[in-house]
Amino acid sequence: MAAQDVNMRVWRGDASGGGFKDYRIAAGEGMVVLDVIHAIQAQQANDLAVRWNCKAGKCGSCSAEINGKPRLMCMTRMNTFQPGETITVSPIKTFPIIRDLVTDVSYNYEKARQVPAFKPKPKEADGTRRMFQEDIDRVQEFHKCIECFLCQDVCHVIRDHNDNKKAFAGPRIFVRLAALEMHPLDANDRIDLIKEKAGIGYCNITKCCTEVCPEHIHITDNAIIPLKERVADRYYDPIAKLLGLFSQKNK
Amino acid sequence: MAEEKYETHEYDVVVIGAGGAGLRAAVEASARGARTALVCKSLLGKAHTVMAEGGIAAAMGNVYPEDNWKVHFRDTMRGGKLLNNWRMAQIHAQESPDRVLELEEWGALFDRTHDGLILQRDFGGHRYARLAHVGDRTGLEMIRTLQQHAVHKGIDVYMECNLQRLLLDGGRISGAFGYWRESGKFILFKCKAVVLATGGGGKAWKVTSNSWEYTGDGVTMAIDVGADLMDMEFMQFHPTGMVWPPSVRGILVTEGVRGDGGTLKNTNNERFMFNYIPEFFRAETAETEKEADAWYEDKKNNRRTPDLLPRDEVARAINSEVKAGRGTPHGGVFLDIASRRPADYIQRRLPSMYHQFKELADVDITKEPMEVGPTCHYSMGGVRVDADSTATTVPGLFAAGEVAAGLHGANRLGGNSLSDLLVFGRRAGLYAAEYVRTHEGPVTIDHGQVDRYAKELLAPFESKGSENPYAVHADLQDCMQDLVGIIRSESELRKAIEVIAQLKERSVNLKVEGNRHYNPGWHLALDLHSLLTFAEAATVAAIERKESRGGHTRDDYPNTDPRFAKINLIVRRKNGDFTVSQEPLPEMPDELKTLLEEKT
Ligand SMILES: Cc1cc2nc3c(=O)[nH]c(=O)nc-3n(C[C@H](O)[C@H](O)[C@H](O)COP(=O)(O)OP(=O)(O)OC[C@H]3O[C@@H](n4cnc5c(N)ncnc54)[C@H](O)[C@@H]3O)c2cc1C
Ligand code: SF4
Ligand code: SF4
Ligand code: FES
Repeated sequence: MAAQDVNMRVWRGDASGGGFKDYRIAAGEGMVVLDVIHAIQAQQANDLAVRWNCKAGKCGSCSAEINGKPRLMCMTRMNTFQPGETITVSPIKTFPIIRDLVTDVSYNYEKARQVPAFKPKPKEADGTRRMFQEDIDRVQEFHKCIECFLCQDVCHVIRDHNDNKKAFAGPRIFVRLAALEMHPLDANDRIDLIKEKAGIGYCNITKCCTEVCPEHIHITDNAIIPLKERVADRYYDPIAKLLGLFSQKNK
Repeated sequence: MAEEKYETHEYDVVVIGAGGAGLRAAVEASARGARTALVCKSLLGKAHTVMAEGGIAAAMGNVYPEDNWKVHFRDTMRGGKLLNNWRMAQIHAQESPDRVLELEEWGALFDRTHDGLILQRDFGGHRYARLAHVGDRTGLEMIRTLQQHAVHKGIDVYMECNLQRLLLDGGRISGAFGYWRESGKFILFKCKAVVLATGGGGKAWKVTSNSWEYTGDGVTMAIDVGADLMDMEFMQFHPTGMVWPPSVRGILVTEGVRGDGGTLKNTNNERFMFNYIPEFFRAETAETEKEADAWYEDKKNNRRTPDLLPRDEVARAINSEVKAGRGTPHGGVFLDIASRRPADYIQRRLPSMYHQFKELADVDITKEPMEVGPTCHYSMGGVRVDADSTATTVPGLFAAGEVAAGLHGANRLGGNSLSDLLVFGRRAGLYAAEYVRTHEGPVTIDHGQVDRYAKELLAPFESKGSENPYAVHADLQDCMQDLVGIIRSESELRKAIEVIAQLKERSVNLKVEGNRHYNPGWHLALDLHSLLTFAEAATVAAIERKESRGGHTRDDYPNTDPRFAKINLIVRRKNGDFTVSQEPLPEMPDELKTLLEEKT
């Protein structure tokens, strides 16, 4: 198949403002949106700002909104669109614009810093750490996260309410917290943080985050809901609360 | 004061690069009490290390108790065609198990054996199943674990910050200088020690598994301040990259596919690797399909499948099959796991390969074979370092990870990079901190020098030229692909030197659009300096090594030559010109030599 011209509408601008600009460019067989953006960059707009690294859905750098949908540009094939359709590419909306398709995602790194670190239990008597595959399967699901922040982008708690960012860590961080909480070797306690600083109560389980996750992590069902249950057990179950004062948390 | 002209930070140790090597170095330096900064040009967690798939090589003996550091040492040396620095290979084999267990201590979750230990998988050139892994996303687990650990240790991280020049004070390191990608503003680090952990230079080739970051910055910064480079002629072409569709050409297909039972076939449905077993590996390689297949389950009574010969052998074999007309129409060969393993096994062991082919090539790898061909993958060469301390030839400058040379010799075994990062990353941090402790007294910044660097970095904006940096880069990639590829010859290499010289001229007449604010055109214009430096160093070394060995194959010198068997090529730059000199390999102690002879 020969290269075909495609119509792209790409957001250009910076914090002070900007708008969509139209490009018409040849797209070869098998191309993904990121390839086309790179072609525009090389041929028509050398200074078009975009992030990428792996081009294979592994690094989570190339997040954008394609025809309004939060996606990885490197995993969105051009042949999924109608021939002749104009394809719109804009930066993810929830974070401040730096330039063109690049946004300031430092919020996510700040929230990550607040998560108490992994703290291992003592080793087995023979000096090893034994864990069984069945016990780590559910945690390994969370470790698949590539930090694309698409879930953060789509979550209405912060997408529509910038001021909630202070009190709410967002689905990516809940995935991380769940990974630590369910880690068979971890001995840290984060339940208070999950309730207070991370603000899990703001989440009303709309599942929008789960829908956009390119790693197909069941963010809501497997991470958020179990965390909410743990918070509820600690805070709202009077007996558990009392016992909690005396006993280690139950992993 | 000139110092205030630029945003300035003062540290003991500045680590450039936040992949596995840089993160591990920063963690160590900081743990040893050095004030440490970690600088990277992408966001934290996006370095190449995140893409690594198959695993970390470490002789833990969890699957095969017979395995130990001596076997790992032997495999590494043989895979590197005995050109490796023996001391690095020894340290690496001895220390990698502890480094892997340490990751577990910091929260990593590797796949498990039935009795709850870290599971290990087969990979090319490794005698035993040795790679600790997490499905086919091991690098992600590794970088995330290190990243979170480093952040919690309070290490200062400068992301999307591109360092371009090292600073010297009387011949020793005094700092580093570069720019913030976001604002385009300059940033100056004043420090006594720098650890280079910037990775390789594979982006100088066209078909490559490497990202935009692999422009050879570390190698270039090092040679710019007079450090020695070594083994630059050895580039690894990984045998299995995607070949179709064109837009994904070069994206890696993990060796884990073959480790887990996949096999290479030509269009006659023949398992052609049996025809390419070199003498060097004949005694340890299966001769029949039956033996090869039995080896996966029973390593005691069978020899390794030739599908898992070291990468240089497999890449050359694929190249020959395609040249002989037995390749696919898209110029690759088949990699078949679908007919050999059940679908659920493939999906569990290789989820990201499954996903990658499904999404990018419309191929279901549980039902059909993949089409694969060689892709530029790994720089064995790089900055010359001291085996124990990772110190370069410039005082205060250390290097670890893919940017450093020595461990892998002429060819790297799969899985030996991730372990390299951990082992030598840690050592780099340790010895950099130690260097700072033992070198008292301040260093001073040469502000005139900094001003000259600032001017150089802004030159593309001043230039009256009209060259497009993307076009110059594309032409360099074509040149290296065609003239300095898997199979090389004197005439083509000389031609490459000419082309590189022309490209250097073009690269002073660049035109950069827009301003300094997050401007990839400008960034690429600056990267051309390092891309061209890396390419030229690789080419001059390739001319000088008149033999074929590992990741360097010469059409005009098709055999290994004993004269080159004990020689490293050292590349230096004097008054702008590269020089190549032959230097003898360090002599290996006898007790290690005997390990190499052992058949088991
Ligand atoms: C697809 C793929 C799969 C692989 N699979 C495996 C595997 O299974 N097992 C294995 O052992 N190896 C594997 N490798 C090889 C291995 O991943 C790399 O060799 C290794 O990750 C390199 O690590 P590093 O720490 O040296 O550098 P990187 O992880 O590449 O990090 C380099 C760092 O340097 C920074 N940097 C570079 N230049 C500058 C500059 N000028 N200023 C500031 N910062 C800079 C970058 O931003 C980055 O943070 C694979 C490689 C690829 C591409
Ligand atoms: S489920 Fe919760 S975290 Fe996810 S998008 Fe909805 S509100 Fe946000
Ligand atoms: S949880 Fe999924 S959507 Fe969210 S950052 Fe991780 S990979 Fe991206
Ligand atoms: S470039 Fe890595 S996920 Fe798209």
